Amino acid sequence: MMSIPDELKYGRSHEWVKADGDAVVVGITHYAQDQLGEVVYVELPDVGTSFATGDELGTLESVKAVSEFLAPIPGEVVEVNERLADEPNLVNDDPYGDGWLVKMSGSLDDEETLDANGYQEFLEEESG
Amino acid sequence: MSEAGAAVKTPLYEEHVAAGGRMVEFAGFELPVQYKSLTEEHHAVRERAGLFDVSHMGEIAIRGPAALDFVQLVSCNDHQKMTVGRAQYTGIMYPEGTFVDDTLVHKMADDEYLLVVNAANRHKDVAYLSEVAAEIDDVEVIDLSGDYAQLAIQGPLAEEILQPLTPENLSELKYYRFIEGGVAGTAAIIARTGYTGEDGFELYVEPSAAPGLWRAILDRGQPHDLKPAGLGARDTLRFEAGMSLYGYDIDNTTTPLEASLGWIVKFKKGDYIGRDVLERQKEEGVERKLVGFEMYERGIARHGYPVLLKEDDAEPVSHVTSGTQSPTLGRALGMTYLPIEATEIGTEFFVQIRNRTAPARVVELPFYSRKKK
Repeated sequence: MMSIPDELKYGRSHEWVKADGDAVVVGITHYAQDQLGEVVYVELPDVGTSFATGDELGTLESVKAVSEFLAPIPGEVVEVNERLADEPNLVNDDPYGDGWLVKMSGSLDDEETLDANGYQEFLEEESG
Repeated sequence: MSEAGAAVKTPLYEEHVAAGGRMVEFAGFELPVQYKSLTEEHHAVRERAGLFDVSHMGEIAIRGPAALDFVQLVSCNDHQKMTVGRAQYTGIMYPEGTFVDDTLVHKMADDEYLLVVNAANRHKDVAYLSEVAAEIDDVEVIDLSGDYAQLAIQGPLAEEILQPLTPENLSELKYYRFIEGGVAGTAAIIARTGYTGEDGFELYVEPSAAPGLWRAILDRGQPHDLKPAGLGARDTLRFEAGMSLYGYDIDNTTTPLEASLGWIVKFKKGDYIGRDVLERQKEEGVERKLVGFEMYERGIARHGYPVLLKEDDAEPVSHVTSGTQSPTLGRALGMTYLPIEATEIGTEFFVQIRNRTAPARVVELPFYSRKKK
């Protein structure tokens, strides 16, 4: 079933975040990639661009649909996952690992993000 | 009838849910957009076989001594020489020479034709055809959509999988022909037609027989890795094969000549609705035409995205009618209408993708054709 690792924090638009040194890694959840279907194209932001929480960071495209992914925290993009240009399927195959999307400066704001249990409950509420 | 706003379940609804289908509403029906994976379903049809529930399609019978005259009047193709057991693709025309719908005409008998129409257009088609028929004696328009479920088995292994389920000799059934016969113990129209660009069959059966037939085909197909396939794969398959989708690539503002469907427009037949417009367009040449294109840098063109002739044009010249990442060809492809002077193969133009533009160039349609035996 849907995997929701305990060690990550989650945004309400189905992104996950995790601290990585001074930066925060951002990806989309297992649930999000499953809803989207096989990702065939990823559009990532330019390194150095700053975003507020909820801003559109980029887009993920499957054969059938386009989906935006949003900044779960405020910050500046310090690195993007270059591998996704040639291997967009990593988002499906390993959403919490090699399929990460961007790294942002800034820290995890616990007020804004959910823990694994909170995200699980959020998913259950959303799917009614 | 269903309540207003409620989507109709096809007779195969329970089968879809049991198979893990992701159900969506399409043209008033609840159908699976995919089961496990759109691209796997797509490749299954190209390489082996896939099974589709297309029960949403409408079936309209034209009956009576004047049935042929009526079909000739509303259609731009010529059906005079059709014999019983043949199917022919055509457009139902408005007086403006534009599409009411596109349809497959099946000649059931000298005085009966069966039109298979798009689900979203069915009520409009019945109303339009009935209005035209009211002016003519000896012809009836009958909506039989509720009498038929439709299954499509498509792909290079379709014949091999279906043959053990029917006493009919499928190898003798040629493309765009049909027979009335038994399949898995039920009476069916077995037509060698489809909407995927592959060999295959479309089977019309009474709704109560559909689940048994569905399971029988899945069972026979299992050793061949046949997959149930959803609307998503149906769309990418027809798109690669360059087949138009009503409401996207063709509609009530486009003529078959503009839609690069000149082969369905015939003039060596009597008068028909829209003929004068089409004849004039044929003589003078069309001002715009539907073309295929590829995106040769980053980005995927989608339905509705603006199309620009020059990168800095303020106004779009048209919009993308269909577009996606082609699962078979691995490239981002699309279709759009362009002014005739910009339709030559290789002509470059631009597609606006959200806040940027990406270059595109005109390529041949169809994008994909199967290797004929």
